[in-house]
Amino acid sequence: MSIERQEKRQGAALVAPALLWTLGFFVIPFAAMVMMSLAHLEGREIVQGHDLGNYLRIFTDPSLRRGIFVSLEITAVVTVVSVLLAWPLAWIIATRVPARWRRMALLLAVLPFWTSYVVRSYSWALVLGEKGVVMNALVGLGLLAEPVQIMATRSATIIGFVHFFVMLLTLTIYSNLIQLSPNYARAAEDLGASKWQVIRLVILPLTLPGVMTGAFLTFVLCIGDYITPQILGGNNELTLPQLIMLQLGRRGDFPMASALSVVLMVIVTLAYAACARWLKMERV
Amino acid sequence: MALKQTCSILAVTAGLASSLASAAQAEDLNALIWCDHADPELLQPFEEAHDVRVNVKEYEGTAAGLTLLEQSRPGDWDVMVIDAVDVGRAVERGLLAPLPADQLSTDSYFPEAVLADHTTIDGTTYAVTEKFGYNTIAYNKAAVDPADMASLDALWSGKYDGRIAIYDYYLPVLGLVGLEAGIKTADLDAAALETIRAPLMKLGAASKQVSDVVGSQTALATGEVDVLIGGGEWLTAVLNAENPDLDWTIPEEGGLLWAQSLAIVEGTEKPELALEFIKYITSPEGQARLATSSCYWGMPANKAAGDVLTDEQKAILRWDDQPDYLSRAQLYPVPDADTDAAMQDLWTDMLQN
Repeated sequence: MSIERQEKRQGAALVAPALLWTLGFFVIPFAAMVMMSLAHLEGREIVQGHDLGNYLRIFTDPSLRRGIFVSLEITAVVTVVSVLLAWPLAWIIATRVPARWRRMALLLAVLPFWTSYVVRSYSWALVLGEKGVVMNALVGLGLLAEPVQIMATRSATIIGFVHFFVMLLTLTIYSNLIQLSPNYARAAEDLGASKWQVIRLVILPLTLPGVMTGAFLTFVLCIGDYITPQILGGNNELTLPQLIMLQLGRRGDFPMASALSVVLMVIVTLAYAACARWLKMERV
Repeated sequence: MALKQTCSILAVTAGLASSLASAAQAEDLNALIWCDHADPELLQPFEEAHDVRVNVKEYEGTAAGLTLLEQSRPGDWDVMVIDAVDVGRAVERGLLAPLPADQLSTDSYFPEAVLADHTTIDGTTYAVTEKFGYNTIAYNKAAVDPADMASLDALWSGKYDGRIAIYDYYLPVLGLVGLEAGIKTADLDAAALETIRAPLMKLGAASKQVSDVVGSQTALATGEVDVLIGGGEWLTAVLNAENPDLDWTIPEEGGLLWAQSLAIVEGTEKPELALEFIKYITSPEGQARLATSSCYWGMPANKAAGDVLTDEQKAILRWDDQPDYLSRAQLYPVPDADTDAAMQDLWTDMLQN
């Protein structure tokens, strides 16, 4: 056997477990889900078929269609706000915090990760309530005449999400920033660039892989999340995952839930395609 | 190898073998339930008495429960909690097994809670009621004029806009909106749904949130809202110790009677154990524990639980007022599949607009 052939076999053997895993736990279930999305519910019976009725309904039924837009709007706002907050935080930790304190600063930044996601969401419900800490402080300081409603609104959902995703983005951006040689900034300054120009024209573009990777992860996790909008949003508008849960938990409509899930996956795939050119995982 | 080490290894091996053997011996009872049945205080006495482990899966809404059963293999589930009014739907689909009525006497039950018309079909009993209560109005009497709560009109008057939460279960709330519109729950068909669309949307607009049991409890307890439509003793009773101002009433238009029942799933491989479970739950002790379950409280169907419940617990459950309440409550709507789908569409429209 030639060495090349032997290497190919070894390579195939090494890749096989991951391929089998993907086949068994992604490709086959996904195919089953697509098949299910082409079935439909008659009364309470699932009737197998090959029609696109569920997909047609998603885009013609105003309540279902709105779920897509609500999800996209919330996810877009969360992603942008999280990036805007996480980048300066990561930059401060990477460049302004003394090296011996960086580990502690990072630890503090990700400390909220240590608590349960559900508990954290319910905590936000208490904090953002009309009799919660935020409103009590604002009214107590005279900044507001009376409490305003944040809890059970889209704002509460966004706040809950941003709190979570700023931590995630801080990590991806920080790991990108820390790899940058200080010589880039020195060279730019030697050539007459101001501090702001160094950040805007040199550092920021070099951290795009970290930003885009974190933003993509934020997008994927946020658009597929059910818990935060369910607890903080007050059910006053439904996101795509909430609509999926409604089909599963209430109606037992597995075909429609599958169709909505396929739509969700298509949105995530399109998001990936849109930012694939910046997704350089090896630089994060 | 030293003797001490050998002995240790043998002891560990024997211990492992023994625990594996006991795990293999312990039987499992798989129960499709509502959250009140997940309380360890309720399950533990039965598990200990029968050396069995009760595996529970919670579900919400009969449609979801029936779908779960239909997509399971025979024998996957042994017992099921189901809305008493929906027993017929499950029997129609061959999902429930007959019960030996002679072994499950309802003589000591509240007569209105037996609901034999729904649990006994063509002379065969398929379920026994176990707990009941009301979907009506729950409120914070420190923040709301209790006189206003005597009528459902108050929720549409504008006075409480932004202070109302809606319990996130379409059947009772649509029933209550129907009562406000003068439609009995039994008459809530597809045509009637169009009549209640506008008042439902108005109620949705006046509400602050639409929430599940925990969300509703949190909202009332924290003062986030002052009124909950669809709530009742099942929601305020567990909060009574923390906030005695949380109260509930049945308005003049009436309220909805919910009654949950317990049945054996067709195809179970453990019919005797399943029957024992039902006997335990409907016994005075089981009934008292179920009535005061940590998830939600409710009236026990079996009056004999009154001998086990404390006076304080009975006061919270308003034991003595039950005859009046029962006379003014209507049963849940029992929609066919198409009406049920139309109801859920209407509910989704309310949530999304």
